[in-house]
Amino acid sequence: MPVPEEPSNPLPRPPALPAGAPAGPGRVGVLALQGAFREHRLAFERLGAEVREVRKPGQLDGLDGVVIPGGESTTMAKLMAAYGFDRALPAFHAAGGGVWGTCAGAIAVATEIDGYPDQPRLALLDLAVARNAYGRQVASFEADLDVRGIAGPFRGVFIRAPRILRVGDGLETLSVYDGDPVAVAAGRTVASVFHPELSGDDRFHALVLARWIGTPQNGVDS
Amino acid sequence: MSDTNPEPQGKLIGSTKVKTGFAEMFKGGVIMDVVDREQARIAEDAGATAVMALERVPADIRAQGGVARMSDPDVIQQILDEVSIPVMAKARIGHFVEAQILQSLGVDFVDESEVLTPADEAFHIDKQQFTVPFVCGATNIGEALRRIGEGAAMIRTKGEAGTGDVVEAVRHARSVLGSIRWIQAMPREELMTYAKDIGAPYDLVVYVHENGKLPVVNFAAGGVATPADAAMMMQLGLDGVFVGSGIFKSAATETGKERAQAWFRRAQAIVRAVTHFQDADVLAEVSRGLGEAMVGINVSALSEEELLATRGW
Repeated sequence: MPVPEEPSNPLPRPPALPAGAPAGPGRVGVLALQGAFREHRLAFERLGAEVREVRKPGQLDGLDGVVIPGGESTTMAKLMAAYGFDRALPAFHAAGGGVWGTCAGAIAVATEIDGYPDQPRLALLDLAVARNAYGRQVASFEADLDVRGIAGPFRGVFIRAPRILRVGDGLETLSVYDGDPVAVAAGRTVASVFHPELSGDDRFHALVLARWIGTPQNGVDS
Repeated sequence: MSDTNPEPQGKLIGSTKVKTGFAEMFKGGVIMDVVDREQARIAEDAGATAVMALERVPADIRAQGGVARMSDPDVIQQILDEVSIPVMAKARIGHFVEAQILQSLGVDFVDESEVLTPADEAFHIDKQQFTVPFVCGATNIGEALRRIGEGAAMIRTKGEAGTGDVVEAVRHARSVLGSIRWIQAMPREELMTYAKDIGAPYDLVVYVHENGKLPVVNFAAGGVATPADAAMMMQLGLDGVFVGSGIFKSAATETGKERAQAWFRRAQAIVRAVTHFQDADVLAEVSRGLGEAMVGINVSALSEEELLATRGW
């Protein structure tokens, strides 16, 4: 999918935090076109964030970051294109907004989808992913993960998960399972192929929230 | 990090979390009945979150009568090969061997369905024994919680499949959702007697009391034929929609390419209606120009023995 280099209609940059200000609870959007958006909303609410379900691009205004949840990646890609998110999300990202894709959302933010070169994507993180690469649902699993920034094991729930085949230069790998990267990040942009919203443990959400409200913006001029 | 560890830590397949979590991914989505590759392709292209692979849609099962069984594995395999979205398939109520076969074929979800002829008049499948997750129909809260107690990872209303008449799905949705609100409002000491009265496991009644929802996702099914039907079920409070005969029994007087286009438009319209179920402007837009809906049967015109929703114990 072509990513507009100069968004024709850039969304306003989220207000920058004043230097030295304590990190506030944050304003978080959850893309609610389809999939496990309720669990993400609940997790961020438990962390004290103000959470908005996003169904139309205008609802991205003023958010610190937005989650693209798990669901069916082809369904979500079609709905994103139908309602203009294929332009609005890259513009939001280019303006400094945080984006976190889980599972199907990780496919949406990748630059390359193995075997599906025509599937629309947002290309926000330099990743190559393979859809359903761990197998069909009967092969879905949960397992303990080490995650950089989280003390002790974090239970990862992998559901028809994509596999990360290649991680671009300069990206940070946050977790590896059985030899494959399963969570990666660059600044305020995060991708995880497992489902932290299903683990009943909000520490990964806290990690992402800290990136969105406590770390410098992507360093992208907009 | 675990890449230095040859043994993956505590790997677990087929857990409750993996099954119910998978069902969560369907939320806000539409699952469509399909009988061949062409329909499966249309469903995926229109944005279905999954397809239900069948030999005959419920309207035809109803019309043709006879014993309705699990589909031929070849039919299911063709559909598994055609689409990248999850594929579900139906087993008869209580027919655990059909379910074993479906799991072996690699289907992603088994629907233990009243649309097929029940194989057991007293017992449902012990769904805990399977790696594959199950969805089951329910007409009321007791039935929903019994199925969850047996291991169902997803519940749907039964409605009255193959009629194109949404009235029974509405009745079942109002019954289940109304009972959830009732249980939530009850004082705790009334829960055990209520559990006894509705024939439901006590711990699940307590879960509903504490959480105000079922422990699994809850979809609409049985008679949904239009975008407005689908959005109504969502506004009533369900998590998503199954469409059985409503798409591929529409446009019955068209043929060839025109019919395929009409199917695609209706399928896409229902998908959009489920995403934007609270936005009447979107609903008005997607409801235009869809051509003829499936003809339909008034449920009130069916005799007692023609009803499918009464199957299940």
